[in-house]
Amino acid sequence: MEWEVVIGLEIHAQLATKSKIFSGSSTAFGAEPNTQASLVDLGLPGVLPVFNEEALRMAVKFGCAIDAEIGKVSVFDRKNYFYPDSPKGYQTTQLHHPIVGMGHIDITLDDGTTKRINVTRAHLEEDAGKSLHEDFHGMSGIDLNRAGTPLIEIVSEPEIRSAKEAVAYFKKMHSIVTYLGICDGDLSQGSMRCDCNVSLRPKGQEEFGTRTEIKNVNSFRFVEQAINVEIERQMDILEDGGSITQETRLFDPNKMETRSMRSKEVANDYRYFPCPDLLPVVIDDEYIQSVRDSLPELPDQKKQRLMDVNGLSEYDASVLSATREMADYFEAVAKACDDYKLAANWVMGELSAALNKNEVEIKNSPVKAEQLGAMIARIKDNTISSKGGKDVFAALWDEKGDDVDALIDSLGLKQVSDTGAIEAIVDEVIANNQAQVDQYVNAEPDKRGKMIGFFVGQVMKASKGAANPGMVNKVLKEKLDAKC
Amino acid sequence: MALHNLTLTQISQGLEAGDFTSVEITKHFLDRIKQLDQGENGINSFITVCEEQALADAKAADERRAAGNASKWTGVPFAHKDIFCTDGTLTTCGSKMLSNFIPPYDATVVENMKREGAVCLGKTNMDEFAMGSSNESSFYGAVKNPWNLETIPGGSSGGSAAAVAARLVPAATGTDTGGSIRQPSALCGLTGLKPTYGRCSRWGMIAYASSLDQAGPMARTAEDAAMMLNVMASFDSKDSTSIDQDVPDYTATLNDDLAGKVIGLPKEFFPESLDGEMKQTMLAAIEKFKELGCTVKEISLPSTDLAIPAYYVVAPAECSANLSRMDGVRFGYRCDDPKDVEDLYKRSRGEGFGDEVKRRIMIGTYALSTGFYDAYYVKAQKIRRLIKNDFVKAFAEVDFIMGPVTPSPAFKIGEKSGDPVEMYMEDKFTLSCNLAGLPGMSIPAGLINGLPVGLQIMGNYWSEASMLNAAHKFQQVTDFHNAAPQGI
Repeated sequence: MEWEVVIGLEIHAQLATKSKIFSGSSTAFGAEPNTQASLVDLGLPGVLPVFNEEALRMAVKFGCAIDAEIGKVSVFDRKNYFYPDSPKGYQTTQLHHPIVGMGHIDITLDDGTTKRINVTRAHLEEDAGKSLHEDFHGMSGIDLNRAGTPLIEIVSEPEIRSAKEAVAYFKKMHSIVTYLGICDGDLSQGSMRCDCNVSLRPKGQEEFGTRTEIKNVNSFRFVEQAINVEIERQMDILEDGGSITQETRLFDPNKMETRSMRSKEVANDYRYFPCPDLLPVVIDDEYIQSVRDSLPELPDQKKQRLMDVNGLSEYDASVLSATREMADYFEAVAKACDDYKLAANWVMGELSAALNKNEVEIKNSPVKAEQLGAMIARIKDNTISSKGGKDVFAALWDEKGDDVDALIDSLGLKQVSDTGAIEAIVDEVIANNQAQVDQYVNAEPDKRGKMIGFFVGQVMKASKGAANPGMVNKVLKEKLDAKC
Repeated sequence: MALHNLTLTQISQGLEAGDFTSVEITKHFLDRIKQLDQGENGINSFITVCEEQALADAKAADERRAAGNASKWTGVPFAHKDIFCTDGTLTTCGSKMLSNFIPPYDATVVENMKREGAVCLGKTNMDEFAMGSSNESSFYGAVKNPWNLETIPGGSSGGSAAAVAARLVPAATGTDTGGSIRQPSALCGLTGLKPTYGRCSRWGMIAYASSLDQAGPMARTAEDAAMMLNVMASFDSKDSTSIDQDVPDYTATLNDDLAGKVIGLPKEFFPESLDGEMKQTMLAAIEKFKELGCTVKEISLPSTDLAIPAYYVVAPAECSANLSRMDGVRFGYRCDDPKDVEDLYKRSRGEGFGDEVKRRIMIGTYALSTGFYDAYYVKAQKIRRLIKNDFVKAFAEVDFIMGPVTPSPAFKIGEKSGDPVEMYMEDKFTLSCNLAGLPGMSIPAGLINGLPVGLQIMGNYWSEASMLNAAHKFQQVTDFHNAAPQGI
């Protein structure tokens, strides 16, 4: 039978607020356990939450960016469950009245076409702490530094049809939240995590099949792998005439399988009800408009501008706008050299190749955007040749120097562009190669173009590579043609 | 007059006049607590007596007064209900669960009192987590009513009420979720006020039912209650439900004229079934208000009967979540040798909570469960709106609403503890104030069978000053508030 895959994603993104969603503690990552947990984060008796307005602003920003309805009255609810890293015995979240309602984003598929994925909602909630199971001699430790970090949970409609689309959607969300500056997007530190809801149905059937939820997948690669192995698992069961159990599963990247979480952990009745310690959050049109007005250029807008205004190809524009880090780097290069096309060539060519070869992320590139831009500017003003540029790039990459002009000097890459000096060398080469000059003069005019290469080579050799090749060409042609 | 018979206001004036020092009066009260409160026949109104700290604070207060920057409260002794977190001092909430809990922070109400230099003598007994109307559910044992040691003092602020009635302190803080200031004040012959929801900060006040809990003063006179509310009330940015409204000087308007004020008597507060003597006592008190120039009008609060069912859904629902943090993981009681985390939860909570607390957690958990939420919680919230609307309508026509606080005077210890529903009926006249968020108070209105009963005064939102004014004027022409338990 032919199966259709149905996927919906729930993405948790940590908001980049300085302090937590309901307390004044810092949200910085990596501090000693429990040093960033206040009375409120510890859930001590009698303490009360106060909502951080910065988290509200960021959530509304996100809503505006995905063209969503913004909840003018949003309500925090308590989701009740016991777990040691949930200090209050409930999580404060938003069930019935989320801050962000229905919106959408566009993803680009492999064949270059665009697909719209609707976003059901996005709501604010607090993150939990962490249980530490090592080094406690059979006991568990609790670190509540992360408890109370603001999250938005972004829920997609079940409109994703393959693991590849899921990754494209996740990447696009990553790009949007990082462009907005509301999330640092660092997947390795858990700043963004993804729950994947996966089900299959016979092609053509309208009704959804039974779904499973793969919890807490924390990289783009794992999203693709987890979904694919889950699709295969479900397909095997269905092909054998079995049925899928609705359950929560975990992805194990080492064994390349998903496995069921104990049903006890998921069979909770969360008993949601409005949190009586927090008032409903009420915002007006003016507030929403002020947030909308503050939105930065978003990935799709940047791509369009790079094509329409800066003359880049669709492919280049798409690659250069795909992530905030790439886009920021590229824009800085383009600004420094004032040439978007050259900047695009170098960033997508030499730089990307070096990054890939050395497995370095662009944010850690040893060649800074300003340096690359300064170097390209030297190519543009004929100080160095393109080949010389590659030498400068290599020197920068190897961190042999910081200053582009100093490197050009020390590597002796400055081109000779002085007409008098070039004419002298050209005259000498013509004088020393009479046989070749005769051949040139006697050749058919349309063959001469190719023959000039020999003279250019001689001149470059005589100048030890320093002569400006464009000028050499021009002077040679004038002098040789004069003999014809 | 013996020092302990002085009112709060008189103590404040005596300190100012130099009649005695804070250290002297603090010692006097501490001695009385030793004599009357402790031991097998003691009243048991204190869980913790802070003798050392109180004497140090009293000394500091005397020095502050000598330095010329004393406030009305500097050096004045009082006590906190053990529901308020006190930095460095055991705070139990009447529960085994918190029998080892020493908070590293002060409740805002505690901070407010400290700033003035008031001297806290200790933490008073209470029903466990403020759940009860008799003070029998405390892990620290029942509190006795000083008017008759065989009867209950009311609850949940029973320790505060008994301590003030027995002249162990001139005043104490209380909290009121469904009547927990007014009912014990009535049964112990005190003046107690539950302010408008949002008037006093809930920060550091251990939550029972967050949308209903409110702190307030328990004292002997309206004048004293006003002096106390002046300091307890504040806007607090740490409590999102605190309301940013100026705190007036509640003592400034105590003597305002009551002429022309309209008192509403809801027929639902005077049902056929109301005890005859109780009815007579209430009507006699209301007569006094007429003499003070008030007029009386019969009104109706038709949703009154729905208050008990609505309250016993909303309060347990909220408490079922509020008490989840008592899990044995980070603070408080933890069972011995837990096998795993589930065992830790089950036994710590099973052993740490008493029966009434467990009962309310169970009720609340049930009411919030999938399939029951709409039928219970949502419906109870609708009833809350009906009750509020009743009051809004009534206060368009009247200045105060009056009636009894309780159906009867204090009952015997053990008399109702086996029948929760009978116990819940004790709150039938007090719950609607909390559900509507309105201020309510109890003032002494006489004795029935030698035991005090209270007249309830309810006012519109933020009308604490006029309520205290009415109560004070009443106390100028009556003597009920000066009655003291025999042998104390």
